[in-house]
Order: sequence, then structure tokens, then C-alpha cells
Amino acid sequence: MKRRDFVQLTGLGLGGLLLPFPMMGNSVSPEALLEIPITIAQKKQLADVALNTAKSLGATYTDVRIGRYLNQFVSTREKRVQGIQSSESYGVGIRVIANGTWGFASTNQVTTEGVNKATTQAVAIARANSKFQKEPVILAPAPGYGEVVWNTPIQKNSFEVPVSEKVDLLLNANSEAMKNGANFVSSNLFQVNEQKYFASSDGSYIDQDIHRIWPTFTVSAIDRASGQFKTRDALSAPMGMGYDYMIPKKEDKLQTPFGMTLYGNSYDIVEDAIAAAKQAKEKLTAKSVEPGKYDMVLEPNHLGLTIHESVGHPLELDRILGYEANYAGTSFATLDKLKSGTFNYGSKVVNIFADKTQPCSLGAVGYDDEGVKCKRWDLIKDGIFVNVEAIRDQVHMIGQKESHGCCYSQSWEDVQFQRMPNVSLAPGKESYSLAQMIKDVEKGIYIAGRGSYSIDQQRYNFQFGGNVFYEIKNGEVIGMLNDVAYQSNTQEFWNSCVKICDEKDYRLFGSFFDGKGQPSQVSAVSHGSSTSRFNGVNVINTARTI
Amino acid sequence: MAILSKDDAKKILEKVVGFSKSDGIEVTLNGNDGGNIRYARNSVSTAGESSNVSLSVQTYFGKKSGGASINEFDDASLEKVVRRAEELAQLAPENPEFMEPLGPQNYGTDPKTFIESTAKITPDYRAKSASNSIEPASKKDVTAAGFLEDSRGFSSLMNSKGLFAYSQSTGVDFTVTMRTNDGTGSGWVARNFNDVSKLDAAEASQIAIDKALQSRNAKAIEPGKYTVILEPNAAADLLGLMLAGMNARQADEGRSYLSKKGGGTKLGEKIVDERVNIYTDPWNEEVPVANWSDGGGGRFGGGGGGGGGQPRTKMDLIKNGVVSNLIYDRYWASQKNVEATSFPGNRIMAGGNASIEDMIKDTKKGVLVTRFWYIRAVDPQTLLYTGLTRDGTFYIENGKIKHPVKNFRFNESPIIMLNNLETLGKQMRVAGGFGGGSSLIPAMKIRDFTFSSLSDAV
Repeated sequence: MKRRDFVQLTGLGLGGLLLPFPMMGNSVSPEALLEIPITIAQKKQLADVALNTAKSLGATYTDVRIGRYLNQFVSTREKRVQGIQSSESYGVGIRVIANGTWGFASTNQVTTEGVNKATTQAVAIARANSKFQKEPVILAPAPGYGEVVWNTPIQKNSFEVPVSEKVDLLLNANSEAMKNGANFVSSNLFQVNEQKYFASSDGSYIDQDIHRIWPTFTVSAIDRASGQFKTRDALSAPMGMGYDYMIPKKEDKLQTPFGMTLYGNSYDIVEDAIAAAKQAKEKLTAKSVEPGKYDMVLEPNHLGLTIHESVGHPLELDRILGYEANYAGTSFATLDKLKSGTFNYGSKVVNIFADKTQPCSLGAVGYDDEGVKCKRWDLIKDGIFVNVEAIRDQVHMIGQKESHGCCYSQSWEDVQFQRMPNVSLAPGKESYSLAQMIKDVEKGIYIAGRGSYSIDQQRYNFQFGGNVFYEIKNGEVIGMLNDVAYQSNTQEFWNSCVKICDEKDYRLFGSFFDGKGQPSQVSAVSHGSSTSRFNGVNVINTARTI
Repeated sequence: MAILSKDDAKKILEKVVGFSKSDGIEVTLNGNDGGNIRYARNSVSTAGESSNVSLSVQTYFGKKSGGASINEFDDASLEKVVRRAEELAQLAPENPEFMEPLGPQNYGTDPKTFIESTAKITPDYRAKSASNSIEPASKKDVTAAGFLEDSRGFSSLMNSKGLFAYSQSTGVDFTVTMRTNDGTGSGWVARNFNDVSKLDAAEASQIAIDKALQSRNAKAIEPGKYTVILEPNAAADLLGLMLAGMNARQADEGRSYLSKKGGGTKLGEKIVDERVNIYTDPWNEEVPVANWSDGGGGRFGGGGGGGGGQPRTKMDLIKNGVVSNLIYDRYWASQKNVEATSFPGNRIMAGGNASIEDMIKDTKKGVLVTRFWYIRAVDPQTLLYTGLTRDGTFYIENGKIKHPVKNFRFNESPIIMLNNLETLGKQMRVAGGFGGGSSLIPAMKIRDFTFSSLSDAV
């Protein structure tokens, strides 16, 4: 699937209707997903075939990824099931360095013969491409970890839960939304399991079992007389969890002072669908925003997308260097700004870190897709730009010796490359709640959930909408708003950050389908934060008449 | 085996249909060979080829349907995939919107979608194209980053009611971004063809190099409402979003820009300037596309609308500014007692004779836009979109390009834009259409286009 196709499929232009999820791999029965086609010992044998073959053909480095990628997608609208798809993609990708150049080949023939053939092809491609190579690949050292295992610490495997139970839950959420005033509702549940085995000529044999889940819905309310329609999407987040995320826990619910319920590491889809129906209806008569400067109070499930676009992407080293110039773009966060050690990315309260180990996050793995053990590192420290996101063949370009461990491929058949790790805003150090934050704001807007988003190719100018908007006046939420979008410049925006709630308010936002590269690949990434206040942000009114 | 002939595809499909024990079966068999080369920093970064053939089966019992797919083609595997689909169909809940498959169809002549020279593109051709882009760039102190992707493939479909459809296609897509080494100028060009002999990577790259050099040291002008000249790629992005939302069901349900106050749809109403004529035509020589639709994501009327093997025809979407057709899938058409509409494969907007130069000469004060970037919906009710200009934005004064300008963020609806039409220019083939097709879109001059802020991005 190309990124372009995906964007078309999920375009908000279609009134928030989410179309069926495109298949990745072959469609199979849900039971087939639970089969184990190959043992760890067999994977090691196959990996050794590739490592030995590549070495004998003159490769100076080789890695092998034997991957089984499982997806299940359940889609419903109102009282009926729209689609249930289970898919499996299984194969092996082999990457080598020969003549100082990368070569990659993949095959769905997970046999000695298939692996041998693909390895030979990868070496041949490396030699052919070396004609165009200006400088040889310099690979930062990574220790060999021997035979290790890492699994997402799930409590309930989504793929073991009967499909009928998932359908019943979604249909129940739909029914409750309809009872509470929705005109239409569509709901979806995405589940992913990556079973991946990595081996390299550095001496690592890493077996990992990764789980992700994303329940979501869109509720529509319609006023036929005025011709108006409004939607409210789920306030869930895609998570690096099993089905445990779908079992609501009291301790994961946060109540706002104005009656909204927000969710942490578990989600109550039925309760949120009821709230969504009521809010969608309320939106039909909500006040249209007066454009101007406001103090913005941004909830984590909204702010995560702003972090993603204005910090996560500009700090990708391949983008900074120009490798993505023709597609994703370049970056304002240049290496001279990094080297200066004085570039004020944000105000002093802004501490942003990358972390591939954060529990429940989409990016959490033990080791990345080139066998580097995952870690946490600072990107912005006390407002200063201090580091970027880089992998083994890049870190020498910034004078560093160790990969950051953020290399990823969407499948066995695509070559791995640098992807965004989880990038999160550290919570405020002093005790400070959302209620206190709202009390301190004279003229402001509270935004929850993701909405429209757009940013330029160097990540300066952005515009964000949201899912729900509330007006704050003299320390109180006085009602819902419509037609809100804020525009700012990345550096100006992060320097206007004056206050961040404490760790009790800290939650994860996630993006299941972040796109990059040509041919395009998707990856899943989380962004944690606590509700934060940004002063004097420019808000526009987006109402039009056609 | 990626490209199977009509006869070979038919033999496999007949075998699979023969394995069916269900009330009915629909089988699609598709294959694609593709190659690509990517370069950045004036050097090739990746190059590769891929080949894939896959077979998907949908079976049904009453109103219950199930699907499975496979990429192995021995008899045992083919039978296994049918049995698996049948098991899933038996387990599936009844779909009240299920539609039985169509019987045999008459598709007319085959559009010229397959061009031998494109099918024969080699790694050497791709490398040469990259070199034709990189070398002239480096001579001008410019850095090239580009991507060339080509494909050749076939699609086929057969069902148990006797329908059989087959088509082949080729395509090549080339884009390059040229950036001046001082970081102050950027240019871009895109080319998209069925026939690679129409692609001249060197000529295209030169346009992007020139734009990069001309766009150096852009000046800031105040955001606001401007007359704009949109090159075809820029215009196509916004038009495409409008056309993608012409679904009848959503309009009937009251949640589309084509829903009417008080109920009903805007079908038959004038929504844009009367000079706007947009249609789809599989046999158009510039943007040919298969004359049948595989269903656009759903089989038998579920989900995507059930078009498995529906013939595509020439059809008006907007005629003289009036909405002349909405897209009715087979289920929704049956509910509304109208003819179902096949999901279109390409989109064509009638153009005029004016060149970009003619339009510039005719402009007192305005902005020339090469392309838009990061377009996202702001309000589906009014089809308001936001996004930015990129890679060549110029200020026009008294019929001449005066100087490059800093990029703008826009907030605009294609409906408002097409009501503010001044002039239609010449058409150009651009990437992106419905269901895998391309588009033929004119350059256009628009008054009062809303730029709401400035961007420092180059």
C-alpha cells in the first residue's frame, strides 16, 4: 500500500467515515493466526544459512529478519458488521553490506533454498549499487547479544479473543451511541502482532513478539433542517498492548472539572461512545469561535499529534540531511543549531525525550530492527535542542558512536530504515492538576483529541484542529466551541509553553500509520505528555459557507 | 509469472470457481512487477524490484460471505483457499446489504492501458534517469532528490454467474525536488505516464532546477486573498479531494458537502462556475484506465459498495457547473431505485487554450503556485482544506513574474475555488485518480484564494 492510497482511504474529506482497512498480506481465518509455523531453533538455523552464505560471498555485514506479521480488523456501523479481516504476511528479509554498500532482498520462501537465493541476490544488489555509492557505509558498532527474547508484556492476547466478542463490544458501543442521540456511528478495532526474529553477523539472535491495538469510532449528529453535521471521534489511543486495553479500569479514568472522562492505559469504549453522541449533538449548536489570541490548554491525546509533527519529525536525522527531501521534506532543525548547544527549541519547562522502552507505547520493543538494544535519550533539555533520532549508519555523521536504536521496517519484505521513536514531553515537576491549570487561565481554549493537522515540509508553520473544544473564561470552562484551529510556528509555539501538569495527568497519544520513505512504509509511534498550557496562540475561525 | 495472459488467468480462475461448494463465488487474480530508484543528496540511495501475484476468493451462503487470499497456485493451495473462504463465510454474520454477483458484462473495446516499452523498463534505464537528473543539478550547485517508479501488471476477475474481466496496465511515475545548496531555493516537477516514451527525465529535471534557482531568496508578502495561477498538480490535489467525496449514500445521509439543507442531495444543482466540466472516461487516450471496476474495496455490496466486474463508462460528474452524477454503489442504488454507478477509474476536467505564460501575462497582481503540500481536511461540511505552497511560489505583477515569495498556508474549499474561476488553462496528465487511475487536469486561474499565514519553509 502506498502512503498516498492510505491517505485517500482515511481522508477526513469523507465526513469522518473510515473505510475498510487495506489488507497487508494474505487473508486467513482468525484461528490460523494462532498457529506457530516455525520454532526459534528453526529460525536460528535459517538465519545461520543467510549469515554463512553472505559471508562466503564477501559481505562484511549481514542481518536477517524472519517475520510473521498478523493483522486483524473488525469494522461495524450502527447495527451491522461491515467487515472482519484477518491477515498474515510471512517471509524473510536479508540485508548485507558488500563493497561498502547496502543490498537487500526478501522472499516469502522461508526455506534453506529461499533464504540462500535471497541472500545471494542481496549481495548482488549491493555490488551493483556500489557503482553509485560515493562513500562507504559506516556502521556504528552494536554488541552481539547472543540468543535473547523480548515480548510486549500483554495480559490478554487480542488474537485469542473470539471475533464474536469483539463484534458484540463494538455493536454495543454503536447501540449506546444511537440511544444517546447519534444519527450514525461507525466503529473499528485494529489489532497487530509482529512476530519477528532478528539475527546478525554481530552475533545477535533476537526473538520478539510485539502487540498493538487500536479501538476507534466516529459518531455523527445531523440537523437536517439546517443541513449541519458534526462528528466526534473516540478519545481512545492506539497502544502497544493486548486486549487488556479494552477492559476498562477505574484507575485509568480521569475526570475533567467540566464533566468529560479521559482515558489512560485502559479504555471504556461504551462509556466514551455515549459521551461522544451527546457531544456531537452539542456541537450542532455550539458557539463559533471568535478568532484571536488565546491561551491554549492542550490535552495529551491532542498534544501528542502536535509533538509528533513539530518535534518527532523535524528531529529525524535522515530528514535533516536531505534524504527525504523529495517526499517527507527536510527540517528547520539543522545540525548547526544542534551543534551550537544554545538553540531554544522551547521554553525552560520544555523537556522532550525519545524512549523506545516506555511501557504500553506503540514504539516499545526490546531491540530495534537492526539489533540495537532500545533506550531513552533526551532531545530537548530545559528548552535547548540537544540531540536527534539516528541509527547505526547515521550516528557517525553527528559525531556520535552509538545508534539510538530506532530502526524499523513495516514488514519482512521492506528494508529497515530510520523511523521516529516514541517522542514525549516530560510532565511538570511540581504538583499541578488540570483543574488548577484551568483556574489560572483568563481567556483560553481547552482542546481534547486529534483533529485536522498540517505542517510545512521543514516543520515551521503548522495548523491544528481538534476533536472537542471548550472555551475557558476567567478560570472556568463556560461552554463548547466550534470552528477552532490554531496556527503557529514550531519554535514560537514551544517557547510559549508556560506550564505542564504533573505526572498524574501523563498519558499516551498514538499514531498507527506514520508514513515515510519511497516506496512508503508505515510505522506506529506513541507520544506521552501531560496537559500543557501555551500562551497567546493564534486561533482562526474555520467556518465557511458554500 | 507476474504478468499472466488473458488465457492463463482464465484457466486458473475457472479452476478456482470449479472448486466452489458455496451458493456463489467471486475470484480476483492480480499481478504486478515493479521497479524503482530513489536518489537524494545527488546520489542514488536505494533501488529495487518487486514481483507479486495474488489470488483472492469471496464466497457466499445466502447473505453471509467470507474471503481469503493466497499467493501459491498449485491445485491443493487453490482448493484450500476456497475451502477457507467458505469456512469464514459460514461463520460470518448475515450482511443485510449483501448483493449477489453480476452476470456477464459487455465492456466494449480495451483501453490502451498497457504499453510494451514501459513494461520493458530496466534497472539501467532507471539509473540513467537518475543520472540525467543528478548531473545537471550538481553542475548548477543544486542538490537533487528524486524517485522513479514503474509498474506493469494485470487484473482479472471471474464469478460463478459467468462474469469474466481482464485488463493489463503499465505506469511510470517520476518526481524530483531540486534544492539550491545555499538552502534558499527549491523546485519540483512530477511526471506520470502509461507510456514511458513520453517521459524525459532530463527535461523534467531542468524545469525543477530552474524553479529552484528562480525561487532563491524569496520575499515575504502579506497573507490574504490573492488571485492565484495553479499549475495542474496544485489544482488536481484540491479537485481530487472534492471528487472523492461524491458518494451518494453519504450525501443522502446528510453528512456530505453534497447534502442539502432540509434533506436530499445537491444532484442536479449548480455548485461551481458553469465553465467547470468534470467527467470520467476509461478510453481517454491521455489517461486510459481499465473499463471495469474490481469493486473498490468491497465485494458483493458490503463495505466498499459491490462493483465486482461492473463496466466503467464515460460519465459526467460536473456538467456546466451542475452536479450531474453521484456514485451509487449497487446496494445503495437498489435502495434508491436508481442505476448503480461504477466506481470511476480516472478523472478529467476540461481545460482551455491558455498556457501558464498567457495567464501570467493576463494577471495584474497574483501568485503562481507550483504545488501544494500536506493538505488536510478542516471541515467536511464545507470541504474546507488547509495546506501549504511549496517548491516554487512566485509573485506576479502587471503580467510578469516579479520575484519569488515565501510559502503560504492556505485555508480554502475547492467549491469556493471553482466558484472563483477566472481562466482555464491547458490540461496535463497528473498522478492520482480514482481506483488507481490518473487525472487530466488543467492549470487554472482563481480569484480570492485564501492564504492565511506565512511559512519560513523552503
